[in-house]
Amino acid sequence: MANISMTVNGSEVSGDAEDRTLLVEFLRNDLGLTGTHVGCDTSQCGACVVHVDGEAVKSCTMLAAQAAGSEITTIEGLAGGGDLHPVQKAFHENHGLQCGFCTPGMIMAATDMVRRHGASLDEATVRTELEGNICRCTGYHNIVKSILAAASEMGGAQQAAE
Amino acid sequence: MYKTNYHRASSVEEATSLMAGADDGKLLAGGQTLIPTMKQRLAAPSDVVDLRHIADLKGISVAGNQVTIGAGTTHADVANSAEVRSVCPALADLASHIGDPHVRNMGTIGGSIANNDPAADYPAAMVALNATVHTNSRQIGAADFFTGLFETALNDGEIITAVTFDAPEKAAYQKFPNPASRYAMAGVFVAKGGGGVSVGVTGAGSDGVYRASDMEAALNTNFSSDALDGTSVDPADMLSDLHGSAEYRANLVKVMARRAVAAAS
Ligand SMILES: Cc1cc2nc3c(=O)[nH]c(=O)nc-3n(C[C@H](O)[C@H](O)[C@H](O)COP(=O)(O)OP(=O)(O)OC[C@H]3O[C@@H](n4cnc5c(N)ncnc54)[C@H](O)[C@@H]3O)c2cc1C
Ligand code: FES
Ligand code: FES
Repeated sequence: MANISMTVNGSEVSGDAEDRTLLVEFLRNDLGLTGTHVGCDTSQCGACVVHVDGEAVKSCTMLAAQAAGSEITTIEGLAGGGDLHPVQKAFHENHGLQCGFCTPGMIMAATDMVRRHGASLDEATVRTELEGNICRCTGYHNIVKSILAAASEMGGAQQAAE
Repeated sequence: MYKTNYHRASSVEEATSLMAGADDGKLLAGGQTLIPTMKQRLAAPSDVVDLRHIADLKGISVAGNQVTIGAGTTHADVANSAEVRSVCPALADLASHIGDPHVRNMGTIGGSIANNDPAADYPAAMVALNATVHTNSRQIGAADFFTGLFETALNDGEIITAVTFDAPEKAAYQKFPNPASRYAMAGVFVAKGGGGVSVGVTGAGSDGVYRASDMEAALNTNFSSDALDGTSVDPADMLSDLHGSAEYRANLVKVMARRAVAAAS
């Protein structure tokens, strides 16, 4: 048992947890942030993806203790105030989800993808980079459409700001 | 997962002494193999010693044609390294096809070779590049490092610090990924350098990674895909499981080797 502190969605948090606690368990059970999902126990589905120090990782494949001292962003931390994040908005507008179980991980993976590739993101890249995120409902088509829509909006916005 | 004690090391020396002090300790790098294994209760170390915060274990440097990659360097960092891309694009390409983006952000080259999964990608490159594995106590040539399925020459608690190799003139890696796991069903790394051609094969051999010496001989005479026509892969030496029979894998090895020779640059 140790006291684990980290920054989650901009706030300093801490909690007592066993060393074997997974980051996803710490987020869901100790911090009550249940937006991050667990869809498998083999590190394959990506429902649990969060950002650790700016990079997408599977929070079911990391101990909370490994993340101590890091900055974590979860799906709950994406929207600014009342406004959805552009990737969330794109999923909403392009019907990028059905049951929604995979969606938090999809959106965290997508924001990471858009950050790395910007407006140059193309369909083939999106499809290969979704390798680590499994969806049992949509057939991926509208997920890909949503991510491309978000990339062009965010890339466009970036250019406008430059 | 069974109970364990977590330790964070800030230097290789500290990690070495934490391992020495542990009952049944395990080094933890990216955790992309160890954590899933612990979750399945196939591993139950009393202690885990986290190497991820040791700055000395990370980074890539290229001096002339000698490439050094720290053991703690992630697959994503190798894939995105402009230096690796310029001297050995085949290795950057290999790293960019390991698992998925999230796995690549955490998983490390040191963890991959220490684990020596028979379907892992890096071991094929290490044997084909004649790489040297540096540890906290010695240097081991790749040919002696990989000793069997999930087996290496490492002693208990020995820590890989880096791998080094000379950049080849030409190289390429081709893998046929298992459609579900993305691990190699057969992966072939072909490298052509001063010492001739070497061919490392992963995913297929029943003793794990190996060098295909008859293919090497054929390619040393004539570096072209057609030179491989006269070679054969014996199914008796191949893995056979629900994903593919030994005969299927034997065929895949040859197909991947042909593609790798054609793609070598
Ligand atoms: C969904 C998924 C898909 C994957 N797909 C592929 C794939 O296509 N190809 C592929 O090759 N791999 C694949 N992997 C495995 C991945 O590459 C792992 O990252 C890698 O095998 C282990 O590296 P790690 O840094 O995560 O090591 P860890 O999991 O932390 O450790 C693995 C082992 O190595 C030991 N170790 C770690 N670092 C050192 C060191 N410096 N010195 C000595 N021992 C050490 C540990 O004690 C442990 O026994 C996949 C993994 C997942 C979860
Ligand atoms: S819950 Fe993390 S990958 Fe499935
Ligand atoms: S929307 Fe149901 S799993 Fe993806």
